[in-house]
Amino acid sequence: MKAPAFGYLRPASLAEALALLQSHPDAKLLAGGQSLLPALNLRLSQPSHLIDIGRLAELCGISVQQGRLRIAALTRHAELQASPLIAQAAPLLHAAIQHVAHPAIRSRGTIGGSLANADPAAELPACALALQARIDVLGPGGARSIQACDFFTGLFETALGSDEILAAVEIDTPCEGAVFGFQELARRSGDYAIVGLAAAGRVEGGALAELRLAYFSVGATAILATNAAACLLGTAADPASLSRAEAALAQDLDPPDDLQASSATRLHLARVLLRRVVSSMMPQQRLAA
Amino acid sequence: MMGNDAVVWPADLPNSYIGRAVPRANLARLTQGRGEYVSDLQLPRMLHVVFLRSPYAHAEIVSIDVSAAAGMPGVARIVTGAEMAGHCTPWVGVLSHLKGLKSAPQHALAVDRVHWQGEPVVAILAASRAQAEDAAEHILVEYRELPAQVDMFEAAAPDARPIHPELGDNIAFERRLDAGDVDAAAAASDHILSRRFVFARHTGVTLEARATIAEWNRAEQRLTVHMGSQAPHMIQNIVARHLNLSEAQIRVITHDVGGSFGIKVHIYPDDMAVCALARMTGRPVKFVADRIESFTSDIHARDHVLDGRIGVRNDGTITFFEIDDITGIGPFSVYPRTSAVEANQVVNLTGGQYAVPNYRARTRVVFLNKTPTCQYRAVGHPIACSATEGLVDLAARAIGMDPVEIRRRNLIRDDGYPCSAPSGIRFEALSHHAALDKLLAMMDLPALRADQAAARTRGVYRGLGLASFIEITNPGPAFYGVGGARISSQDGASVKLDASGCITVASSITEQGQGSAAIIAQVTATAIGVKLESVRVILGDTDTTPYGGGTWASRGAGIGAEAAFQAGRALRENILKLAATILQSAPENLDIHLGVVVDKLTNTERLTLAELARIAYFRPDTLPQDFQSELMATRHFVPREYGFAFTNGIQASYLEVDTETGFIRLLKHWVVEDCGQPINPLLVDEQVRGGVVQGLGAALFERCHYDGQGQMINANMADYLVPMAGEMPDIEVAHVISPTRESAIGAKGAGEAGTAGAAACVANAVNDALAPLGVVITEIPLSPEVVLRALHGG
Ligand SMILES: Cc1cc2nc3c(=O)[nH]c(=O)nc-3n(C[C@H](O)[C@H](O)[C@H](O)COP(=O)(O)OP(=O)(O)OC[C@H]3O[C@@H](n4cnc5c(N)ncnc54)[C@H](O)[C@@H]3O)c2cc1C
Repeated sequence: MKAPAFGYLRPASLAEALALLQSHPDAKLLAGGQSLLPALNLRLSQPSHLIDIGRLAELCGISVQQGRLRIAALTRHAELQASPLIAQAAPLLHAAIQHVAHPAIRSRGTIGGSLANADPAAELPACALALQARIDVLGPGGARSIQACDFFTGLFETALGSDEILAAVEIDTPCEGAVFGFQELARRSGDYAIVGLAAAGRVEGGALAELRLAYFSVGATAILATNAAACLLGTAADPASLSRAEAALAQDLDPPDDLQASSATRLHLARVLLRRVVSSMMPQQRLAA
Repeated sequence: MMGNDAVVWPADLPNSYIGRAVPRANLARLTQGRGEYVSDLQLPRMLHVVFLRSPYAHAEIVSIDVSAAAGMPGVARIVTGAEMAGHCTPWVGVLSHLKGLKSAPQHALAVDRVHWQGEPVVAILAASRAQAEDAAEHILVEYRELPAQVDMFEAAAPDARPIHPELGDNIAFERRLDAGDVDAAAAASDHILSRRFVFARHTGVTLEARATIAEWNRAEQRLTVHMGSQAPHMIQNIVARHLNLSEAQIRVITHDVGGSFGIKVHIYPDDMAVCALARMTGRPVKFVADRIESFTSDIHARDHVLDGRIGVRNDGTITFFEIDDITGIGPFSVYPRTSAVEANQVVNLTGGQYAVPNYRARTRVVFLNKTPTCQYRAVGHPIACSATEGLVDLAARAIGMDPVEIRRRNLIRDDGYPCSAPSGIRFEALSHHAALDKLLAMMDLPALRADQAAARTRGVYRGLGLASFIEITNPGPAFYGVGGARISSQDGASVKLDASGCITVASSITEQGQGSAAIIAQVTATAIGVKLESVRVILGDTDTTPYGGGTWASRGAGIGAEAAFQAGRALRENILKLAATILQSAPENLDIHLGVVVDKLTNTERLTLAELARIAYFRPDTLPQDFQSELMATRHFVPREYGFAFTNGIQASYLEVDTETGFIRLLKHWVVEDCGQPINPLLVDEQVRGGVVQGLGAALFERCHYDGQGQMINANMADYLVPMAGEMPDIEVAHVISPTRESAIGAKGAGEAGTAGAAACVANAVNDALAPLGVVITEIPLSPEVVLRALHGG
């Protein structure tokens, strides 16, 4: 299918982009186009204009300042994957990004686009939740920040206003004892997962002092499994605690049925991932492996 | 042994191109983006057509209102089924030798009822595809939804409401076969095993979607159809018939074609409409299917449920096979090859690798309100092979015999040919045991079994599966011609020496990426005695190639290349006659080596073909008055003695099942196959590998998901999972060579062998892996959901 006709605007500055967004209420921002263009071609979306922010230098770059990692919105998945800074300061993102789509798509798709798109099966929103990311947004009224846990409000829905632009993502660099784990179950490499888990935590004296389990592809948004995580806090993720956490997962997740898996299968797979991911995060297990 | 540099070695005899892995000449063009596909063509004054398709599986068309759309920008014309019916006659997809096969008349555009989601209803012609799509959104069709038949068992029930009331029921075709004495064999068995095998409906996703351009030349009263078809002469015949033209008024040109797999061997209602629309408008009309409409308009395949039974004695003797097969096709049997052939093949092929005389079979072909099914790569083979080989493994397990051993005991002996299977199919010469031996040597079975045992101690479930198979290739008229279809089973080639001493060969087979042109060049160069690079190949144009069947059913190498070889030999004789006249020698004293006429005895150079052609074309005055040179020769070929050239082979899969997640990881795949004389081993191996990958797609991934209303709910590339490189194992390929004596070259087909057995050995390997858990799965695709359900119930 072919996209319906639309106008194309390419602002030269962030300020101009914001102005265009205000003057064209039915416009959509175009970043990497890897989600937006398929939607246009399927005629699922019929914006009056596309505002191409793809060349705004103000939205590019990865930096670390005062223990905070800042990833600007236009950072391509491929840049994220290749960045030594990311590998060191955000090992979870480094692990997750390999699972996002295929090289051709990773060379265009952006982190801002992925977060703004809020696909419940996407890896990066779940990572943002697990890492307690802060999402920096610019709008007509200036800048504001939104915590990841408040950002993803529903299926493909976010707290972002229609006149706002996602400018950057900020996360803390890893503290002492920080541990991460990431696994997903996808039928083919590069596919959206049937179930995935991005986890971040802190180990102190051999026990989990902090743990956030962010599941994706299990509901309308990525979901923090707080009940399951609570069962593991203060433990060394021993088999009994893991079993309790697996049982508690039923209070956190109520996954949908779809072509790939029934709700019950998804919950089962989420439990398998729980055990595998959390075990991989424990220092003694990693040594054994 | 890459050929290009070898070509210039003086010691290299010209006939060495056959059996040599020379790179194909069209590779540079295709890989540099210089290919020319139908979708690339832009003709002056061309219109683009978009088809508004039925959103329902079954509905009455109450009214169609095109008024809003008709005035939209760029729109040239809008045509409904009622108008189209006046320009293109309907067709019925039956063949007389498939006794009892019935179907209903089918129109290019639905007239008053739609029968599947995706059936074309209205054609919108506009200056661009986008404009036609814009207009399509403004056409109002009122439907009255009718109950849809979506389950083959319900549709087959005696009280089921027929999709076509005039046909009485939904059973399009039924065949029964009873050979030997199954009941006596059952009574004499120590064990009888029964099992249901389930094969999902899937489709063949070609890289290039279907594309057709038709242009009507009013002055010539001639229609040129640009269509990436596997069978251009068949298209010519059908378009002529239904547009009420003569075949001479139709020219079909295929151009480059991006994959076919059987998808492009049919004519579709939308293609037929394009041809009629070109004539109606007097303007070129272009249709390029988009991915979504491809999923509901390209033919689907498989969709079988087969109840199988096998008897075995404790000594390993298989006593009988019995199958009861049912398949759900679309609402029509596809024209002109019909939708009964796959089921018919299942009956013909099941158990055919084994020396078991007792065989009972039934198949039923049932109309459904889903996308029509028809012939797709390895028609019927994966079903017959999976059932046969699955049953054999069950029998082996029941008597505690190794899967290799039970096959050794029952496969038809290599010295037992010629012979026939109980279904009546005839084998000229197969090599099951040689293939099995070669496979075992290749895969190092003891090492694999040791690895499997070691893995099990770590709680890792690995399994090994085998599948021997037979494959139908080189079909003669028994396939379609005897049933009344005007589909040629013979192919032809015209070979010509041009004025510069180069060769042009026009063949009636076609190329869709598999290397047809390359093998035609190889056999032609060999037959004449010229360098490969001096041969140019023309394919895919009914105006310029001999009449023939095209490329399907693994027939290009065995039939088409043989015709080219014979034509090359004939031209060679003519060249030698001319050379003898020029040189005042005798033809039998001369030979042609790499484009040069030489003395046969001494090999000394006498005359280049360029010089010979110069004399023939520009100075015939120097030749005797009673001598006329003929530097073009045409030959046709079809095998006569055997209706089909059967091939055989065996495949093995080694894999790992994650019993917690149900995921299957393919570790390794082996194939030994026997396609007779390979013309180009490189191309044969790639055909086998590509075929295996499609078979693995069926085994693990591919499935057309339908909901209860007959809606295909995964009609896109994100949700319909084709096999991708990341999940594919290494595929090792080896050959046994049993040439057919029906031709000079001895080649049989190789295009479907990989697909025939891949899913069967994967399923057997999964069951081997899960044997300690007492689980058997005989359903494909083996999705995580299917595996987990088998392991944990529910
Ligand atoms: C075949 C395929 C497979 C894929 N597989 C995966 C996968 O496995 N996992 C995965 O996570 N993703 C996958 N993707 C999606 C890919 O990661 C996209 O790149 C990403 O979802 C969107 O990023 P983008 O830059 O392309 O955004 P675009 O497509 O340009 O935009 C997406 C949406 O976000 C909005 N937007 C973009 N940037 C901003 C901004 N700075 N501020 C506000 N709004 C903005 C746009 O207006 C639009 O609504 C796949 C895509 C394809 C085509």
